[in-house]
Amino acid sequence: MDIRAQVSMVFHLDKCIGCHTCSIACKNIWTDRQGTEYMWWNNVETKPGTGYPTQWEDQEKYKGGWERDSRGRLKLKLQGRAGALTNIFYNPSLPTLDDYYEPWTYDYKNLFDAPEGDDQPTARAVSLVTGDFMDTLEAGPNWDDDLGGSEVYAANDPNILKALTENEQQAVRTLEQTVFFYLPRICNHCLNPGCVAACPTGAIYKRGEDGIVLISQNRCRAWRMCVSGCPYKKTYFNWSTGKSEKCILCYPRLESGQPPACFHSCVGRIRYIGMVLYDADGIEQAARSNDHGLVDAQKALIMDPFDPEVIAGAKRNGVGDSVVAAAQVSPVYKFVKTWGLALPLHPEFRTLPMLFYVPPLLPVIAAIRDGQYETTAGMESAPADETGPNLNTVDQARLPLSYMASLFTAGNLEQMRKVFHKMVAVRMYMRQEQVGDQKEEEVEEALRRAEFTSEDCLRVFELTSLPTFEERFVVPPMERERAMDGELPPLDPYSRKAAGGFGFRDAPARRF
Amino acid sequence: MSDVILVGLPYIAVALAILVGVYRFKTDTFSHSSFSSQLLENQKLFWGSALWHYAIVLILLAHFIAFLIPPLWGVIYGGATVAFEAFGLILSLVGFLALGWLMMRRFSSRRVFVVTSRMDWVVVSLLLLQMALGFLVALSYRWGGQWFVSSTAPWLWSLATLNPQADYVSAMPFLVQLHFLVGFLLIALYPFSRLVHLVFFPIHYLWRPYQRVIWNRAPRPGLGAARSVPEDIRLRRLSS
Ligand code: SF4
Ligand code: SF4
Repeated sequence: MDIRAQVSMVFHLDKCIGCHTCSIACKNIWTDRQGTEYMWWNNVETKPGTGYPTQWEDQEKYKGGWERDSRGRLKLKLQGRAGALTNIFYNPSLPTLDDYYEPWTYDYKNLFDAPEGDDQPTARAVSLVTGDFMDTLEAGPNWDDDLGGSEVYAANDPNILKALTENEQQAVRTLEQTVFFYLPRICNHCLNPGCVAACPTGAIYKRGEDGIVLISQNRCRAWRMCVSGCPYKKTYFNWSTGKSEKCILCYPRLESGQPPACFHSCVGRIRYIGMVLYDADGIEQAARSNDHGLVDAQKALIMDPFDPEVIAGAKRNGVGDSVVAAAQVSPVYKFVKTWGLALPLHPEFRTLPMLFYVPPLLPVIAAIRDGQYETTAGMESAPADETGPNLNTVDQARLPLSYMASLFTAGNLEQMRKVFHKMVAVRMYMRQEQVGDQKEEEVEEALRRAEFTSEDCLRVFELTSLPTFEERFVVPPMERERAMDGELPPLDPYSRKAAGGFGFRDAPARRF
Repeated sequence: MSDVILVGLPYIAVALAILVGVYRFKTDTFSHSSFSSQLLENQKLFWGSALWHYAIVLILLAHFIAFLIPPLWGVIYGGATVAFEAFGLILSLVGFLALGWLMMRRFSSRRVFVVTSRMDWVVVSLLLLQMALGFLVALSYRWGGQWFVSSTAPWLWSLATLNPQADYVSAMPFLVQLHFLVGFLLIALYPFSRLVHLVFFPIHYLWRPYQRVIWNRAPRPGLGAARSVPEDIRLRRLSS
């Protein structure tokens, strides 16, 4: 056992309202510079949709992540080691700026300075790359926002194309059937990151203390293999400085015990962050599991933070007491391990992402049908009866189970259904508690099927709907001082003043 | 005059390359990048970049082997002289055309144009000139693989051993001497341009472990710790 600590995350998709506050919080702090305008370290996609960059999930095109060779060993889908050196002059799988979009601003000055004339002055779009006017804007951030049934976007979602039958695809495009949800994405700070492995220089690394994956700006040489190697397209190339950049999980905030800005600002309060203890010895084995076993194998790496053996192992690796204590009250541990409600996004990429999603149980929508007000219109063929809405409709959801399974369980329908059964159980139980219009025996059956007790339902409800700031974000300050002092003689706490920081004493701009 | 170009310039160029190169790396590590523009323009890049780099790598390799390991050169060149000369000629032509294509790309793609610095234009122009000179030299003064070993290589060795003897090459044709001149100019420009990227070719990717984990301070042996402990901290540790 090689027990390490990892800052891990849960996003509860049923709660995301698609407001993009998270994206803006991140952009204002980190990517508001030349060369980074097009980057969204945090972005929120409408699903079904093509996403950002366009169709990023299509690894036949982008070649991100890992695959197993015929002998079951892991290899990068992008290329082998020699391939990295021979492709270094031209990376055949690199997304170009057009796969994201060309960033622009507007010529606002013209609104004030335009000479008097017959027409209203306009503010034309100006490219932030070339400075030229752009006459047609063909793509932008969230260009497919809310276009759930679109023939252009939803219909070309790689999951729709891959996992749905012709009929199901047809249904998704039907106006009356339109359905969508939001998928906020940041770097997953994976246990087996493709970006780290693909970097020829070795400029990318995972921090031992908290598992945050970072790109050394001093060591990056613009070989841009990480952009391809990350299957989530969460490393980006700064065209101005010639360096790759990615989400740093706001580590300067984390180190002082604050949640990252996107978590802190999340309006829907969908985000949870906490420590988990995992067994680093098992990483490779887990990443090599067969497709349908991947989620369970990854979850098995996350250890019980109360197990004395695990605690002793953590101590051996220098994991501090405050970190172990945080892991014991981690909201992430509860969602992922205790309740089994949260799943990794696209586990089949085999990077073992440490951001987990509680899938959306898609809404109970009301509609008028035959003059009747029905609360179950969101779920086809599930008629309401006098006792109240039928919430027990997992297999009739508008977005087929196979779509969700393609996102969260590498196509394992059973596993996906199980998670939904749990969510249905909580929903039915709470409805019965608070409104009392469900059938008693159906609620009991739902609980049995979900293997949940009423107590479980209450706890899930509490952490889902009523959590406080402190319950959602359980991050100990990163014990930096302790990590530096350790067994060594004590340090003057001011010794790093003005010497550490983010590591730049020169402006991070191109100079040659 | 010939001493200035054949002795002075080489020493100045190499001194600049090494001293400024090291100084720049020490004081401004961040600036070391190949500044790839592939994100901005992908289609024209393929033929230009791949062909150019493969051509120039092979050409430089031939130059270096002939200079540094003459016996090895004798074996490979002597074995297939005509084929080698022809191949070299083709390579230099391919390199020239590919570089011309890349330069044209920098002009024709607005996105790439705006990320091209003044130094980029200088370097790419000199390289283009150098490729043309190399091609012309190979074309007009045949069997360079032979006369290089008996004239240029001894001259370079005399420079390397601090016993400069320009006589080896001072009587050579103008084109050849110009090729020397531009070559050393490029070496002199190396630390002031993006040419620095060529010493960072990541050959160690062939054997480095895929995953990298760095600890602020390794809690136990075997776990990699951050290599750069700030100077002031190291000193404090020593003194206490
Ligand atoms: S999600 Fe983050 S850690 Fe994982 S491969 Fe991509 S950039 Fe690397
Ligand atoms: S701020 Fe929260 S609710 Fe709003 S889009 Fe981002 S994740 Fe969703």
